Amino acid sequence: MVEKKAHIKTENLNLWFDNKHVLHNVNFPVYDKKVTALIGPSGCGKSTLLRSFNRMNCLIPTCQTKGKIFLNGKNIYENGQDLTQIRAQVGMVFQRPNPFPKSIYDNIAFGLKIQGKNKNFIKEKVVQSLKDAWLWDEVQDRLNASAFSLSGGQQQRLCIARALANQPDILLLDEPTSALDPQSTAKIEELCLSLKEKVTILIVTHNIAQAGRISDYTAFMYLGELIEFGKTEQVFTVPKNKKTEAYLEGVFG
Amino acid sequence: MKNSRKIKAAIGIFSLNVSIFLTISFLAIFLIVIFSKGFSVLSWEFISTSPRKYMTEGGIYPAIVGTFWLTLISVGFALPFGVLTAIFLTSYAKPYWLVRIVRTAINTLAGVPSIIFGLFGLTVFVNLFHFDVSLLSGALTLGILALPVIINNTEEAIRTVPNDFIEASLALGATQRQTILRVILPTAFPNILTGTIISIGRVAGETAPILFTAATFYTRQLPRSVFDEVMALPYHIYALLTEGSHAEKQVPIAYGTAVILLLLVLFVSTIAIVIRYKIRKKRKW
Repeated sequence: MVEKKAHIKTENLNLWFDNKHVLHNVNFPVYDKKVTALIGPSGCGKSTLLRSFNRMNCLIPTCQTKGKIFLNGKNIYENGQDLTQIRAQVGMVFQRPNPFPKSIYDNIAFGLKIQGKNKNFIKEKVVQSLKDAWLWDEVQDRLNASAFSLSGGQQQRLCIARALANQPDILLLDEPTSALDPQSTAKIEELCLSLKEKVTILIVTHNIAQAGRISDYTAFMYLGELIEFGKTEQVFTVPKNKKTEAYLEGVFG
Repeated sequence: MKNSRKIKAAIGIFSLNVSIFLTISFLAIFLIVIFSKGFSVLSWEFISTSPRKYMTEGGIYPAIVGTFWLTLISVGFALPFGVLTAIFLTSYAKPYWLVRIVRTAINTLAGVPSIIFGLFGLTVFVNLFHFDVSLLSGALTLGILALPVIINNTEEAIRTVPNDFIEASLALGATQRQTILRVILPTAFPNILTGTIISIGRVAGETAPILFTAATFYTRQLPRSVFDEVMALPYHIYALLTEGSHAEKQVPIAYGTAVILLLLVLFVSTIAIVIRYKIRKKRKW
């Protein structure tokens, strides 16, 4: 079997909060134009790992990182990296929908405005991103309405559109459906499947079934270690590790 | 058992009612006293003309204008400094010795009696900077008085901005400066505004800080520059009750002045509340 290309991968990633060793030597690739799911019990470090990909952990003063994450061949943990540029290249969607208290349009335009793009370009991208996030039909006639007038599921798709507007290389989703109802969840899952044609997706989820439904690859983490990584069908059907098997069977979690 | 609980509840509700009643009564009595004693002198002439005949006749127009400028300049001076300081403290400062000193300074400043601010203004602005007794000296003194209020309030307003917004902004590649200007300040604005209005109320009513720095007992003229002495409403009340020899004519004027001062503060607060309400209604989070 031919291995897919991975422009994004971690190399011996270690992370500490104060003296607490949170990530232990994590090595895995994130394959291009695929959905990779990070699963594992609460507190296993999956969210922390996700937030390493755009260096959001660096906002916490006690956080220390060693190791490398490559983004298009460049190690983002090398000294002198421009954090804002990295973060513009990496889209992130959070657990709870967090639109800005601005209009729908201004929410999507935010990332491009701060980069100083011109108005016509921004307009074009806003429309495109809303279409890509399956929100255009619902909001096209009220782009100037507050983002808070949308439902929770719509807000989360707005956040996805907002991240897409920057044309990121990778989209990080941090349990994006945990605050949503089943219908909105299903819609976002479908959306992920359609988006992977355009963008690489790394999703943290504590919903095992969700990982099974949408991901091509699955990484199982436990106590800060990457226990198993592989094709989702393989990890789910014939896990190599006893812990993975136990977690998937619901023995702990 | 059941009865004793009922009794306890009754006592509790009774004491709540009493305290509400007392609070409202105090306010009501306060307003009735001020208005009834000052009402007789209120007229259009009272607020549009200068005092005459050693302040026993005429209006308080120069004092209204003086208070207006004192308040405006002091808040105009304190607001940018206050907001910038609050931004520094909340967003840039690492917890090291300088921050502790700044914080201690702010809290100390907040607790200093206002007459001390007056003495400070006299020493620094009037004498050291040679601004003399002037609108400028008074406004700067009042500004320093308002500074800790504005800083504390702005800090509070900034801290109530949900962290979600800040993370979203940073994750989109915004710098800290962009996040502050485009997300934090606009979100915190209604609360910053409220705090500023509270400080306007405080500044407009302060007497002690302008006693030696800005206020004059009597002038028929309006200030022509920031280096002129001014009349001010709170000081005017003080002067009417302590100086002059026609108490029977001066006391009603003093109460009339108090009514105007109250109405002005109320008016400013109302404007702010309306603005804030309109902004808040648009925002839901």
